[in-house]
Amino acid sequence: MAPQQVKPVGGFSFENYTRNAVLETKGAKPPKATSTGTTIVGVIYDKGVCLGADTRATEGPIVADKNCEKIHYLAPNLYCCGAGTAADTEFTTNSISSQLELHRLSTGRKTRVVTAMTLLKQMLFRYQGHIGAALVLGGYDINGPQLYTIYPHGSTDKLPYVTMGSGSLAAMSVFESKWKPNLTREEAIAIVSEAIEAGIFNDLGSGSNVDVCVIEENSTDYLRNHVRPNERAVKEQSYRYPRGTTAILKESIRNFVDVVEGDAMDMS
Amino acid sequence: MEYNGGSVVAMVGKNCVAIASDKRLGQQFMTVSTNFQKIFPASEKTYIGLPGLATDVLTLSERFRFNINMYNMEEERDIEPKTVAHMISSTLYQRRFGPYFVEPVVAGLSKDNTPFICAMDLIGCINFAKDFVVSGTASQNLYGMCESLWEPDLEPEDLFETISQALLNAQDRDALSGWGAVVHIITPDKVITRSLKSRQVSKETYCGD
Repeated sequence: MAPQQVKPVGGFSFENYTRNAVLETKGAKPPKATSTGTTIVGVIYDKGVCLGADTRATEGPIVADKNCEKIHYLAPNLYCCGAGTAADTEFTTNSISSQLELHRLSTGRKTRVVTAMTLLKQMLFRYQGHIGAALVLGGYDINGPQLYTIYPHGSTDKLPYVTMGSGSLAAMSVFESKWKPNLTREEAIAIVSEAIEAGIFNDLGSGSNVDVCVIEENSTDYLRNHVRPNERAVKEQSYRYPRGTTAILKESIRNFVDVVEGDAMDMS
Repeated sequence: MEYNGGSVVAMVGKNCVAIASDKRLGQQFMTVSTNFQKIFPASEKTYIGLPGLATDVLTLSERFRFNINMYNMEEERDIEPKTVAHMISSTLYQRRFGPYFVEPVVAGLSKDNTPFICAMDLIGCINFAKDFVVSGTASQNLYGMCESLWEPDLEPEDLFETISQALLNAQDRDALSGWGAVVHIITPDKVITRSLKSRQVSKETYCGD
């Protein structure tokens, strides 16, 4: 019944492509992939770079994850915010993070931001935009703090402040009024939070909480849920059902057996 | 995804998790089986729920059984639920440009008995939740039911009532899910599996008033 089982080799497999095309003609449409509607931003301040992201993941019009993590780790001094197809941003950043670690072991040096940027853009260009990952890459290396945007087709921009995602217009309006060169750390965190909140409240594809990540020369602070402007109010009533409400047809219990390491046989 | 129908839900309780599914297998609006298994054991304390296209449910359940058996033999230890989740995620992402039409749910207890649940989309994006996860054709109804009924730290017997009522009432409002329900409650010392008594009806019965 099952096809011959082999251990997977790695990389993409296009085996099901024709089958899925035929299925679609027969009325079996594929389900929607999780998208991070998203507001993601980055800002360069006097001593480093500050990244921000909202935490809502959507599947069409439904919120699939109310508190997902959109700021991905690439290297100790490099983090990357991801917008677009959630699985793509997750796997792309993991793959490049893995390549960067091997590169660090090979060169013996701290990772440079341009290395990550180049690996990402070359991979995304290779897939001609089919990998829907729009990224904001920020980090601090030997050349100081740097901020890049990377688009799904593989183009990049190097800028002092950036926004991406469906909430990017709301966030950019905050930056265009409040950003100035040489912000302090506190000012940077404040305008990043404000920009993300603008996205959360004005864009339907963004919501929940604000995540912030501050990268300086010798330290990185990942402030998960730095601001929580959408806390759920305490439920007014408990909807707990009395035990025995649900009718049961059959019950079976499997008790776990504790396997204790045996002692050597007692031969006395 | 809507060809065969089916739904799965998982919830976290106090030192326990529960995972439940309906039992229908259909071909669009015709019901073909009322005993179709959608939840499969991954390890003693971890279960995988696979709603979606039935052929992919069967293929993937066999594939994961193989991968987990290989893991047990090579690593000489039981697989953790988080590892199962990442393994499923990688398997699905490999088919990024020709995906399997399933949206899996994983529920289990780690080695130190911490509850774990997560859900994935069809290409492997994992949603780690602390409260509940839903999947399948009745997912929108399940979101509504779970969001109202769930509260933190429910004991196993209370968690059973909550997850059962959430699933039964959600599947009654979905034409493609229903025809029975199975619930597994996983606690540190045992797994309780119960078949629920549900409305045995098809959409046609509701329509012809």
